[in-house]
Amino acid sequence: MGSRKIWSLAAVGTLAGAFSGLFGVGGGTVIVPMLIALFAYGERLATGTSLAAIVVIAVLAAALHGGIYGKVDLDTGLILTVPAVAGVIVGTAVQQRIPEKAVSLIFSMLLIGVAIEMVVG
Amino acid sequence: MDLALAALLCALGGCVAGLIGVGGGIVFVPAMTIILSKGQVEAEATSLLMIALVSLVGAWRQERYGNVNLRDALLIGLLSPVGVVIGVVAANNLPERALRIGFAILLLYMAGRLLRHVFAPDGADPGGPAPPAGAGAERASDPPSGPAGS
Repeated sequence: MGSRKIWSLAAVGTLAGAFSGLFGVGGGTVIVPMLIALFAYGERLATGTSLAAIVVIAVLAAALHGGIYGKVDLDTGLILTVPAVAGVIVGTAVQQRIPEKAVSLIFSMLLIGVAIEMVVG
Repeated sequence: MDLALAALLCALGGCVAGLIGVGGGIVFVPAMTIILSKGQVEAEATSLLMIALVSLVGAWRQERYGNVNLRDALLIGLLSPVGVVIGVVAANNLPERALRIGFAILLLYMAGRLLRHVFAPDGADPGGPAPPAGAGAERASDPPSGPAGS
């Protein structure tokens, strides 16, 4: 891997982390479009790689929240995780069956929505 | 009843997470604060636990479909705490309004890049960089390289 690519990926990770630290949402909103637009990833590869990166980010952040603040509601979290995990299995399966550019289209709508919410909300 | 509604929303959130590769916190947090009346910090902390599990299963499924570049994912994930620290420091020292507008502009720029990509003719992506070397995915539609069969 070239050093330029490593620095670029470091920038993606840093921006994703900053986004989480600032606004409390995960980094996927930043990671996916950057992988597509800056690294010419296909949509499926970008979203799959983003999910794998989010595992690392969320584990680090959840350990911090759980260990230091003790704020994780374990019962509610686990109950709600069951339908959420079922959803992600369906979502990834559906994604394999739609055109890749549809994912970018959906994502750009999400970005515009989040951007408006950030300024107006 | 509220729990059932929250569960339904989280199923939808998980589906969106799998479809577009985000963690789902955008849906999980309001499902807990608005429907289950949890506090914001508690909801965010619990949401992180859910995101970890949902993205783990999602990444596993995508890996099975051949859509994960594990090396890049680890690099992004492991470097993100640097950004978290920068984010927290920035949040404490800069006006929130300026931060929100700054990030909104970044998101709109990325949306513009994605839309340009969506509406570019197939095979041509003006302004886009060359495909990444060693991205980990073979493109089935690519023509075979080299003088195969000769």
